[in-house]
Amino acid sequence: MRLGRVDFGGVVKEVNLAFLPEADIGDFVVVHVGYALAKIDPEEARRTLALLAEAGAAAEAAS
Amino acid sequence: MKYVDEYRDGRLARSLAAAIARAVDPSADYHFMEFCGGHTHAISRYGLEDVLPTNVRMIHGPGCPVCVLPVGRLDAALRLAGRPEVTLCTYGDLMRVPASHGMTLLRAKAAGADIRIVYSTLDAVRIAEAEPDREVVFFAIGFETTAPPTALAIRLAAAKRLTNFAVFCNHVLTPPAIQNILESPDVRALGRVRVDGFIGPAHVSTVIGTEPYAFFAEEFEKPVVVAGFEPLDVMQAILMLIAQVNEGRHEVENQYVRAVRRDGNSKAKADVAEIFELRKSFEWRGLGVVPYSGLRLKEAYAAYDAERRFGIAYVPAADNPACECGAILRGVKKPTECKLFGTACTPDTPMGSCMVSAEGACAAHWTYGRFRDRQRRAP
Ligand code: SF4
Repeated sequence: MRLGRVDFGGVVKEVNLAFLPEADIGDFVVVHVGYALAKIDPEEARRTLALLAEAGAAAEAAS
Repeated sequence: MKYVDEYRDGRLARSLAAAIARAVDPSADYHFMEFCGGHTHAISRYGLEDVLPTNVRMIHGPGCPVCVLPVGRLDAALRLAGRPEVTLCTYGDLMRVPASHGMTLLRAKAAGADIRIVYSTLDAVRIAEAEPDREVVFFAIGFETTAPPTALAIRLAAAKRLTNFAVFCNHVLTPPAIQNILESPDVRALGRVRVDGFIGPAHVSTVIGTEPYAFFAEEFEKPVVVAGFEPLDVMQAILMLIAQVNEGRHEVENQYVRAVRRDGNSKAKADVAEIFELRKSFEWRGLGVVPYSGLRLKEAYAAYDAERRFGIAYVPAADNPACECGAILRGVKKPTECKLFGTACTPDTPMGSCMVSAEGACAAHWTYGRFRDRQRRAP
């Protein structure tokens, strides 16, 4: 069973990769009770932040 | 932390709050339920209710694994732990949940029962391997996120041909619970919980994907937005729900696109499907008996099923009558409406499950919400 070392903002913990065999070094992952469940998609993360900024900017421009 | 701090940015939160304020129709009311305890915690911790317009109300849902476990199931675990040959392995947050007669796993342990806290399901398998003369039972609870690790432990125990490992399975499913809330008599007869839309769980959805919510979004005409656990994620999800309500839409949308895929995690789903099957019904604290909402081990894995192995018959048991957890889990009451809140019941002396888990509505409100209530009352 593959294990990985995951850095939680400075605290490194061993995480089981059984459900995320494609996880690789440098990936960001969502972890629940010691298991990695999903990989963070950097492109989608960037797009979400852009959307957030856009919604906020539209509100500021209108007020 | 990357992918966390960005979603907690205070300036962006303020402008998002302004966007929400502009989006709401002042003549309308919006009632949204966050199903998941992780969202309940985030909403309390970041004080999101304080920045929402007064006509947007958040209702806490039943998605707190420790909270929804009914007393009867906890009693059964205590009976198991009382058998001299049994070592009961459990996640730490179950230790202090009150069962019948004020009993807890913690008290049983102090009285000599062999109860051990594990961090991962595989720790329980390791104990069974290391101590072949003990009957090791893993007390499995939780939603679709914790079922895959339990399935993996059973597969591993089977591969190792362990004969002294079993699982007391209490895994439950999110979609049937949401459906139950929408169909519950409280909603229909009393009209007390009005829910106009749901914030869908983050971690659960990484496993099951967004597809399973499509049925009741359509059937009950309620929008669902799956959201991440950070405050900006929740605020964006609320904005998306408001837009759906305003436009008369009821779709499943995904705010947490950076982690949730439409089909979820196929590896985890396959492991669960290999080991578990649906129970005809399962009792939840607060929701009562919900059809097809729980999992049990398949016949092929009966040897690892503690219920079959130890002949555990389920005996329903009453909640502490003064505790309002049930009504809180259905969304019809708030923690402060419980007479025991903050007096007899605090995280140090929990009287009900909602005060034990950090994801419970009472614990979240005690930790983060109390001082806000006080501020609001002060002139
Ligand atoms: S405050 Fe305590 S007793 Fe009251 S509902 Fe919450 S957990 Fe139950």
